[in-house]
Amino acid sequence: MAIEVRIPTILRTYTDGAKQVEGTGSTLGELFTDLEQRHGGLRERLVDNGGGLRRFVNVYLKGEDIRFLDGLETAVSDGDEVTILPAVAGG
Amino acid sequence: MLTIPRALYDKIVAHARADHPDEACGVIAGPAGSDRPERFIAMMNAERSPTFYRFDSAEQFRVWREMDDNDEEPVVIYHSHTATEAYPSRTDISYASEPQAHYVLVSTRDEDTTEFRSFRITDGVVTEEPVTVVE
Repeated sequence: MAIEVRIPTILRTYTDGAKQVEGTGSTLGELFTDLEQRHGGLRERLVDNGGGLRRFVNVYLKGEDIRFLDGLETAVSDGDEVTILPAVAGG
Repeated sequence: MLTIPRALYDKIVAHARADHPDEACGVIAGPAGSDRPERFIAMMNAERSPTFYRFDSAEQFRVWREMDDNDEEPVVIYHSHTATEAYPSRTDISYASEPQAHYVLVSTRDEDTTEFRSFRITDGVVTEEPVTVVE
């Protein structure tokens, strides 16, 4: 078992076009570090230099925005589904 | 070029007018790869602001999941400017993340005439495109 991660169109260049990839970790932060080993460049699009979630992306654990959970510290377990979407915003 | 049915064009303008002076925003979904806007989805502006817009993240999750299930994609992503011209702002450009989408800007700064323009925004580069409204 692993954690399923749904990848938005704009980030599929890092996953060879795959809509969904799998990874492991006990937190979302660890999951993204794990994904980076097979999908180089992906983590930088999600995590900023300070180690927080970039404001341009939304990450959901089982449909819940992780900004309303514990951010990248949010605990994950096998079988969970994580969805990444670009934030849609502007001025 | 953006080709859009009159009824959808009118819905975007009506939404922008209704939410004025706050910015209005939404999506028109269409079959993936078709470039045909078909299904109008007005979105909440979580910012409720005259100068900024942001899709509510929970609503966006539901709508994006629905599009995924229907084999649709966001063909048009629209929002309004309520005091400035219908041209992408710097923030619009930095957030633009759907290279296949038509970014529609509507300006409601004038009560009588509505500016309606469409752009591609790819890697920070803005390209205006003609809009054809079909009956």
